[in-house]
Amino acid sequence: MRTFVLNLIAHRLLIAGLTLLIVSFAVFFATAMLPGDTATILLGQAATPEAVAGLRAAMHLDEPAVFRFFRWLAGLAQGDLGTSYVNNVAVADLIGGRFVNTMRLAGITTLIAVPVALTLGITAAMFRGSLYDRIVTILTIGVISVPEFMIATSAVLVFSVYLKWLPALSFANEVTSFWQVLKVYAMPVITLAFVVSAQMIRMTRAAVIDTINTPYVEAALLKGASRPRAVLYHALPNAVGPIANAIALSLSYLVGGVIIVETIFNYPGVAKLMVDGVSTRDLPLIQSCAIIFCIGYLALITLADIVAILANPRLR
Amino acid sequence: MTLSTPFSSKVSYSFSWVGMVGLAIIVFWAVIALAAPHIIPYPIGEIVDEDYFGPMSSKLLLGSDYLGRDMLSRLMMGARYTVGISLAAVCIACFTGTALGMAAAVIGGWFDTILSRFLDALNSIPSKLSGLVVAAAIGSSINVLIVMLAVIYTPGAYRFARALAVNVNTMDYITVARTRGESILYIIFSEILPNIIGPLLADFGIRFVFITLLLSGLSFLGLGVQPPYADWGALVHENISGLPFGAPAVIVPSLAIASLTISVNLLIDNLPKKIRDRSA
Repeated sequence: MRTFVLNLIAHRLLIAGLTLLIVSFAVFFATAMLPGDTATILLGQAATPEAVAGLRAAMHLDEPAVFRFFRWLAGLAQGDLGTSYVNNVAVADLIGGRFVNTMRLAGITTLIAVPVALTLGITAAMFRGSLYDRIVTILTIGVISVPEFMIATSAVLVFSVYLKWLPALSFANEVTSFWQVLKVYAMPVITLAFVVSAQMIRMTRAAVIDTINTPYVEAALLKGASRPRAVLYHALPNAVGPIANAIALSLSYLVGGVIIVETIFNYPGVAKLMVDGVSTRDLPLIQSCAIIFCIGYLALITLADIVAILANPRLR
Repeated sequence: MTLSTPFSSKVSYSFSWVGMVGLAIIVFWAVIALAAPHIIPYPIGEIVDEDYFGPMSSKLLLGSDYLGRDMLSRLMMGARYTVGISLAAVCIACFTGTALGMAAAVIGGWFDTILSRFLDALNSIPSKLSGLVVAAAIGSSINVLIVMLAVIYTPGAYRFARALAVNVNTMDYITVARTRGESILYIIFSEILPNIIGPLLADFGIRFVFITLLLSGLSFLGLGVQPPYADWGALVHENISGLPFGAPAVIVPSLAIASLTISVNLLIDNLPKKIRDRSA
């Protein structure tokens, strides 16, 4: 039985790897097939025919796109992300520190969002149909159906325009005290936490309700267990798998959220770098950032699948 | 499958009032989008206020934007782009996705496997990321935006339609039709489609919301609809410097997006069961 589970997991990882290959293919060709000659664009005023030919040869632009794809992929695997078109710096150097910043933002958001979302999701399921449950449900649907930037702008309006607790759309680099760290991270984290928790609350609630609807929980209720007891002691242990799956899945919404949040709050992370790269059409930078985000997204989705496999006692 | 009497089927077509409110707001925005060029109070490019980020007043109902242009007119014209682009994209995405999904379910075999694997892979690129990459590579004219949004949301529509069609495909009447020697097109359009059309319509609405949100997000980043045109996301983008003053120019377009997407969600949640769960 053990090997069966391991096989399932190996299968998932294989699919993830294959998907990543197709995704990198898609990212490369979406950016490599663009109209206009990269060498001519790069040289700008100095684009004499000889210079263009020289640069094309140096950048391997004369080769078929498939060769360039594999060359790029091989470089990627060795950690060589290429050189930025705009300022001739290695992309890896540009991304380096910013990657840490983005991970820190995502990490803090996760630490805050998970406990809050689990509490709200489980209690909403526990008191299903009550006023509390309906308020939570309406709020989560509300957050899910508005764009992320609206949550960010609302947070700014509430906390810095009306309450004046926090600075508006600025990100100060000179952070000296703990208090300042708190102030600087508060708004991006609040926004992201809202986006992620809304998904997480919805999925957790659904997962717990699924378990509550089983006959054995009904039996527990019939024997006289209170609703909280039936949910916390009887239903919850069996809902751990689906809940963990829900957590991993909703954390994948971080990827979309972080792009908006870093831009609006001017946060020095990978997503801001990428959005800036789009406006300067710095393709190696965009490709690398896109692959990083795709890996993160794919990792979370695969993790969710694996957790679901591990948590299913019928497979163990 | 539950037995239903004629009476209960009549009742199940009735709307709840929440659904009606949602529908009313959607119709309101549709009318605004269609009639905008004839009913805007000022030309959208004209500077009518000497002050920028003006407050709401009887002359300028929604205040003025960062150049002193009338916000109400710009919002009304913005509805054309937000609703129009999203609607065009969602039609293409759902049509392509549903057609492929039903074909995959009926044909099966390697056609199904390869198509599913490929579209699943496309589906695991975060939507905003695809938007950024395409905007960087090709730029973002309105036609490119429509095609891009359609391509991003086709895999989801495919997966949904395929799952529904696979269920129907195992029914006896499909086997009968096959034995009768009907063509694949006949089976798809005459036997399967009528039985899954309700849930497909609900999915159409949900996908419309996703597309509207992605379009607004991209426009907000300045990578969606480009000036001189402006959809609601672009209106927030160009007026974002008014945020510290709480200018209506920033808040109103956001509220417009929220009102549209929430209404569609409300309408779908409150669709008569008969339409929504027809295949259930």
